[in-house]
Amino acid sequence: MHDIELRVNGHAERASVPAGMTLLEFLRDRLALTGAKEGCGIGECGACTVLLDRTPVTACLVLAVEADGLDVRTIEGEAADGELSALQRAFVDAGAVQCGFCTPGMIMSARALLLRSPHPSDEEIVEAIAGNLCRCTGYEAILAAIRAASGTGGEP
Amino acid sequence: MTRALSCVGKSVPRGDAVEKVTGSARYAHDLALPGMLHAALVTSPHASARIARVDVADAAALPGVRAILAGANLDVRLGLYMRDKRILARDVVRYQGEPVVAVAADTLDIAREACRRVRVEYEPTRAVFDPRDAMKSGAPLVHPDLESYAHLEGVFFPKSNTNVAHHQKIRKGDVDAAIASAEVTLEARFDNPPVQHVPMETHAAIAQALPDGRVEIWTSSQSPYTVRHLMSVVFGLPHASIRVHVPYVGGGFGGKAGLNLEPLVYVLSKAAGGRPVKFVATREQEFNTLPSRQGLHSTIEIGATRAGKIVALKATYVWDAGAYADYGVNVGRAAAYSGAGPYAVPNCSIDSFVVYTNKVYGTAYRGFGHLEVLWGIERAIDQMARKLGLDPAEFRRRNLLTVGDTTITGETFTAGHGKPVECLDAVAKAIEWGTPSTPPASSTKRRGKGIAMLHKAPAMPTSTSCSAIIKLDEDGAADILVSGVDYGQGTYTVLRQIAAEELRLPIDAVHINSDCDTAFTPYDWQTVASRFSYMGGHAVIEAAADCLRQLRFAAAQVFGVAPEKIVCENASAYPDGEPERAIPYRSLALGYVYPNGNAIGGPVIGHGRFIARGLTHLAPDTGQGRPAQFWTYGAHGVEVEVDTETGEIEILRIASAVDAGKVLNAGLARGQVIGGVVQGIGSALWEGFRFDKEGRLKNPSFVDYKIPTAKDLPREMVPILLENPQPDGPYGARGVAEHPMISVPSAIGNALYDALGIEFASLPLSPEHVIARLAEKGTKP
Ligand code: FES
Ligand code: FES
Repeated sequence: MHDIELRVNGHAERASVPAGMTLLEFLRDRLALTGAKEGCGIGECGACTVLLDRTPVTACLVLAVEADGLDVRTIEGEAADGELSALQRAFVDAGAVQCGFCTPGMIMSARALLLRSPHPSDEEIVEAIAGNLCRCTGYEAILAAIRAASGTGGEP
Repeated sequence: MTRALSCVGKSVPRGDAVEKVTGSARYAHDLALPGMLHAALVTSPHASARIARVDVADAAALPGVRAILAGANLDVRLGLYMRDKRILARDVVRYQGEPVVAVAADTLDIAREACRRVRVEYEPTRAVFDPRDAMKSGAPLVHPDLESYAHLEGVFFPKSNTNVAHHQKIRKGDVDAAIASAEVTLEARFDNPPVQHVPMETHAAIAQALPDGRVEIWTSSQSPYTVRHLMSVVFGLPHASIRVHVPYVGGGFGGKAGLNLEPLVYVLSKAAGGRPVKFVATREQEFNTLPSRQGLHSTIEIGATRAGKIVALKATYVWDAGAYADYGVNVGRAAAYSGAGPYAVPNCSIDSFVVYTNKVYGTAYRGFGHLEVLWGIERAIDQMARKLGLDPAEFRRRNLLTVGDTTITGETFTAGHGKPVECLDAVAKAIEWGTPSTPPASSTKRRGKGIAMLHKAPAMPTSTSCSAIIKLDEDGAADILVSGVDYGQGTYTVLRQIAAEELRLPIDAVHINSDCDTAFTPYDWQTVASRFSYMGGHAVIEAAADCLRQLRFAAAQVFGVAPEKIVCENASAYPDGEPERAIPYRSLALGYVYPNGNAIGGPVIGHGRFIARGLTHLAPDTGQGRPAQFWTYGAHGVEVEVDTETGEIEILRIASAVDAGKVLNAGLARGQVIGGVVQGIGSALWEGFRFDKEGRLKNPSFVDYKIPTAKDLPREMVPILLENPQPDGPYGARGVAEHPMISVPSAIGNALYDALGIEFASLPLSPEHVIARLAEKGTKP
């Protein structure tokens, strides 16, 4: 067991975790933050995307101990005080959600993009979500949503 | 409808979108119950073997293991149309990936460790992988006891002592004579590999066997009531003792229809003393253990007059069912009655064989066999057009079904069927058909255009039914209860729009259950076949009418007029012509209270239902009958650019027209078209199972099995929704959810011929495939 301390969506967390526990397991099973999804468990679908110090990672490939001392941001931290972020609102308005299983990871990848590039080009948008698989929407509405949220500020 | 629609047809956003963008929507993956155990599977490494010995002693000794089951412990067979499947393989394994032993333990890690400690001895037996080989005499029998299997009698015809699970025949006119005397004939063969649905949420289920014999199930399913019914049939339990919950479902596309993991977690829970047991398929198991889309081998013969009229079409469809055909038999049936395309064919003969092989088994997948048969038909139609020296669009125009024609199953085509030719013309216009592509920027690239038609009807039992309940709340808002599942299509939003329209309520005052629970939400067969908006729409209309009747009845007493004189509008009721006297629904929803305290009426609860009408079984020897509640027609037009050095195909533009009858929600319908087209591009360009010589799946991961990503979008997509009404559809609507995927590969294949002059007969049109064909033809620059 390893003791870790980290911040998750702005809250301090302290926990003792097995060496092999992934960040995704830690978030879902320990913190009950089930917004990040497991679509493959081996880094190939993006459904588990969260931000680690503002960088998008596939939480199924990161160990919980690797997040020690870092700042984790998940979909649950995206809406502030019960208000959807402009990015979330854009997903709703653009019809970028069907079954919704890919949505949390997709939004986190888009969030990371907007943090580093508030006015991304279309190429940047495509590149940012190329690792997030969606089987339902055909991506068009997702690209439109991210485009619409462009310029709404790096922060929600 | 005399008054203008206020809500139906509008692009109302999904009601569940906020939950989904905040991560608060709960899927079966996310659920946990107190005391819940986790299950893991030992699966077969062999495609065909006898199970000689199963030794679980080491696994059972592991602390935290609560139950271990093997096939020998379980003597039941499962299946929707054909009961041919075990919960765990018993005596023999029939495909690589088949579950053999299941463990339930305190944690998933322990369950997986226990699985590693299970020792199974197999004696490999002769396998058969190609369904055409499986049809030959002397082929190993995948199910030697096929004749003893229960199945839907009178609809499916398994052939004893063969690998044929079902043979669907369609016979119209005299096809052999017509082909023999046809002025021009064509024969061609086509192949489709098995593919996966790839819902982003893999299958997951939790069950708890309660001490009094009841069962509670939480599952990622398209079919709460079918799960309940089949659980009842398989385990001999009364229906009321089985309660099935379906929370949000992360995509289905057909793969979550019927019965899947629910029996497995139920028997594990029973064996573990009634503790709840959860099983979540890994992505590899989703590819390798859970069902896929069947492969297909088609042989198509067409006879036509020199003037370009089809006189005969003869087809043989050999479906690669894989090891089980419990659902696949119906794919073979449905694709047969659609198996000549949307054309007027006076002489037709179709033989559709659903054949067992030693591979992962098939089930329903968006399009239900139609993408596969129309890959062949629409490519063959193009080839025939060229043989006749006709423009492929013009050849289609001369043969598309029009009013008064008879379909191959004997149905008369009417104006109410919609207008296939309008779909064709719309996509032709959108891609500037007839105008050559502008030359590509690079000399190693080639461009071409292609067109393909599509059609499909819901494939469902003749007595398929569904129901809806609408309850009015204290504040006069409405709650809809249904058991169809919205796993992304948007039907719940459409049903809210319909209820709002009928009840004269604002859309925000209409709610719908976001999860299904067979204890409370009313019957629906299953959510498949693009029939939920149609059938559920009818049920909601009827339930709303029931509510309005109750509201009018109470209001009539209040106003002292006849109920027919009461108008319901703006969430209130008033005597005709006196809107100023309106009583809001909220004062009627639970009963009206007079100033003196007397009360009348009572809680308003409306009930509506719908059952398929006028459908018949197909005659076993001719396939004649009425299989379809409605047909939806459409077309795609596509322009591609092929890189002759890499074999990569880029879709420059794709226009897709579907005759929706009436668009109930423009935004959601567009989403279905775009999503379907992109899924169809996956089937066209990359997707397909590859097996090694031993029948082991070689690509059960996203690295080796590519699905479309955001990088693969066509440069331009043009969804076109036509509105030639379906007379018996709700507001004139027909189903549209599956259709956009169908015939996308056909249109791309046709465009590829235009670009390269090469006939592609098998899918996918992967870069390797394109390169190989270019090299073969020596056309590689
Ligand atoms: S679950 Fe982490 S990438 Fe798929
Ligand atoms: S919305 Fe279903 S996977 Fe993206």
